[in-house]
Amino acid sequence: MEIPYTVKARPDTGVINAKLGIWLFLASEVMLFGALFSSYILLRVGAVEWPHHALDIPLATVNTAVLITSSITMVMSWASLMMKDFRKYRIYMGSTILLGFVFLTIKYFEYTHHFHAGELPSKSTFFAIYFTMTGLHGLHVIGGMIVNTYFWGPGSKMWKTDPERFTNRIEVAGLYWHFVDLVWIFLFPVLYLL
Amino acid sequence: MEVAHAEDIKKHVRVYVSVFVALLGLTILTVTISYFDLSVVPAIIVALIIASVKGSLVASYFMHLISEKKLIYAALILAAVFFLALIFLPLLAMSDRIH
Amino acid sequence: MEGNHSHDHQLGFWRKYVFSQDHKVIGIQYGFTSLLFLLFGFTLMMVMRWQLAYPGQPIPFIGQWLGQDRAPEGIMLPEFYNQLGAMHGTIMVFLGIVPLAVGAFGNYVMPLQIGAPDMAFPKLNMMSYWVYFMGGVTMLSSFLMPGGAANSGWTSYPPLSDIATVGQTVWLIGMVFLITSSLLGSINFIVTIIQLRAKGLTFMRLPFFVWAQFVTSFLLLLAFPPLEAAGVLQLMDRLAGTSFFLPSGLVVTGQLLTVSGGGSPLLWQHLFWFLAHPEVYVLILPAMGIVAEVIANNTRKPLWGYRSMVYATIFLGFMSFIVWAHHMFMTGMGTIISTFFQTTTMIISIPSIVILTALFISLWGGSIRFTTPMLFALAFLPMFGIGGLTGLPLGLSATDVPLHDTYYVIGHFHYVVAPGTIFALFAGIYHWFPKLTGRKMNEVLGRIHFFGSFVCMNCIFMPMFIVGLAGVSRRLWDGGAQYAHAQPVLHWNVFMSIAAWVMGLFQLPFIFNVFWSMKKGKKVEENYWHATTLEWATPTPPPHGNFITVPEVYRPPYEYSVPGQAKDFTPQNQPMEA
Repeated sequence: MEIPYTVKARPDTGVINAKLGIWLFLASEVMLFGALFSSYILLRVGAVEWPHHALDIPLATVNTAVLITSSITMVMSWASLMMKDFRKYRIYMGSTILLGFVFLTIKYFEYTHHFHAGELPSKSTFFAIYFTMTGLHGLHVIGGMIVNTYFWGPGSKMWKTDPERFTNRIEVAGLYWHFVDLVWIFLFPVLYLL
Repeated sequence: MEVAHAEDIKKHVRVYVSVFVALLGLTILTVTISYFDLSVVPAIIVALIIASVKGSLVASYFMHLISEKKLIYAALILAAVFFLALIFLPLLAMSDRIH
Repeated sequence: MEGNHSHDHQLGFWRKYVFSQDHKVIGIQYGFTSLLFLLFGFTLMMVMRWQLAYPGQPIPFIGQWLGQDRAPEGIMLPEFYNQLGAMHGTIMVFLGIVPLAVGAFGNYVMPLQIGAPDMAFPKLNMMSYWVYFMGGVTMLSSFLMPGGAANSGWTSYPPLSDIATVGQTVWLIGMVFLITSSLLGSINFIVTIIQLRAKGLTFMRLPFFVWAQFVTSFLLLLAFPPLEAAGVLQLMDRLAGTSFFLPSGLVVTGQLLTVSGGGSPLLWQHLFWFLAHPEVYVLILPAMGIVAEVIANNTRKPLWGYRSMVYATIFLGFMSFIVWAHHMFMTGMGTIISTFFQTTTMIISIPSIVILTALFISLWGGSIRFTTPMLFALAFLPMFGIGGLTGLPLGLSATDVPLHDTYYVIGHFHYVVAPGTIFALFAGIYHWFPKLTGRKMNEVLGRIHFFGSFVCMNCIFMPMFIVGLAGVSRRLWDGGAQYAHAQPVLHWNVFMSIAAWVMGLFQLPFIFNVFWSMKKGKKVEENYWHATTLEWATPTPPPHGNFITVPEVYRPPYEYSVPGQAKDFTPQNQPMEA
């Protein structure tokens, strides 16, 4: 029994199932992070005072560059497969995963620095929303890295048996990863700069 | 999935690199502006505009949205409308209060 | 070679029946699990209704087994009543109705009705069920926590829920599981309906049931995430000492809370109701879908106003996202924002009326077969009508003032969900039982079930309007007994409780009927109801992959009594004459 349109696009919609599926998932993620942004706005508007530039901007700027770079390595890993270059795919995908590690490591240092300074989530609604939003974002980064590692490692076997389907999977994984980058693009100015 | 030729992909790669450079540049821009000590409202507007440009670049080119099918756009526009409702209606409810 | 090949060999017991990726098996799993939860939630209510009828009296039979911290000497503690109330609502809505209406009916019937071999993502479908199951187990386990289950209402309003007993944390974790399951499921449904429709099955030829599931899935997809976010925030408040929902200066039992403060209880309400309002349309739309199928089939004529029903459903789904603060009229909103929500709320009643009217008119001139499913479907119409109409004064701020949080509200929403949705779900079970089993359920038992339930439902919920209009608040552990304004209406509590217990008795013929008919029910031929939609074009029960030959659709969904045709029904996949 075969499920149609897993590899070939359905003619009238023009998409394969997984592509529609991932965009719908991302739509729900927009609502998830949207709710947190909405919470941020309500809490800040209702607050008597709100910290300004209370976080490490240079470090987070580096982290922003790290994620942006990981986004281009991710799309290049897909482009490499489109050009039938598996070796390049592994290099780019591996770089994406590595950059993810760098991002998380920097966040680890940021968090521990705050904890040592007594800046816990319970300290103020600012730190509460900071840790919650970056924490949830961080969990999404970890999730993406797990998926990417699977596709770099054991999952990459599919390139030999079903290259088109494997390329689609990398495109879908890429869409998720770019979204994680996109959320950070908004998180960074909102939490760090404003 | 359309089978793309190597030439097409190479063109795309050039676009990806340009977008990458633009994203880095806009990041530096937004950080620099944040040190200018603008008042709250202009600061928010500028920061959100820059973030939106960056986000649009990622969505349009890395995520290929610029050449995506109508169906995907429809789903995203729907989410965008409700996202705006979620952002603005509670805010309005908090500011328009009985005193 | 494309597609999913993992089923082309013999599967062992576990892969076939437990960790199945077949939408039909998953649908049945959802069905049995959700019916068990519905029964459990119903039982919680029956216990609550003892306390409401006879406050302070020892609960018969089970009182002695409940233990000192729930019911010392068998007399229910207020704390335990609150647990029963919060969990009754939570279980019925999230573990019972939606998994049955969407997880069971949607999963089983929808792929068949669109001519698909299965869902677009079978593995995801399997995960959806097991994550739901884990969420359900988590929810139920909260009863065993110190301090018992969640007890801050199904609405979990802070600050109370922030400082409530451990059971609330378990509730939140359970909700995270349930929301995850729901999100995975809704993605699957939407992709399946868009991508896997058979050739010739255009959107405007879809059975209305499929349209209902389609719009419902969008509601679940986009409305649940904010509640997930809110759940995370409340977990942070409870476990990490944050103050997302705790205002400054909060005093609990004489002590100032040592938290950072600066939070907003209203933030929770916005995020909660952003989900919970679309959620009520999740509760009703699949039911309307089932009723539409049963009515078309049992009137032997096409639905009247199919197109307007479809457009109304789409409009309803859209509007459902922008009415939520009508649950918050008592929170001090100003006139502008209040007017906005009152207006959208009044507007949203229009599509419901369109759908209900179309279903009523569909009966006109029909050759009505009063089968058991049809009895339930017919009863749905006036019951949902009462539920909907009684919602109108709640949707207008001025009239909501005396009615908010009274028994009037409980009467309103139960009319929509109990003799509304649940009746539609019963109709669906009786209607599709022959599809699953090749046998029909017993008609005599079905009629007993129907008439008994119908009378009891009205006896339980109609007096709630009276009690509510008298000013009796909801969530009172003694049913209002200590209030002077409640005295004239207190006797209704006894009446309603007896009706509830009798209704429990009338479910016994149904439960017996389901299990007995599976083995001993009268065997019936294929397409026993002479229906037109594609699910009846498969063998019974449908095999893995559903259709022997891939169907092609040539006709709209309800070609009943078409002039010139030999039979009074023409299946969708019957080719046009040459």
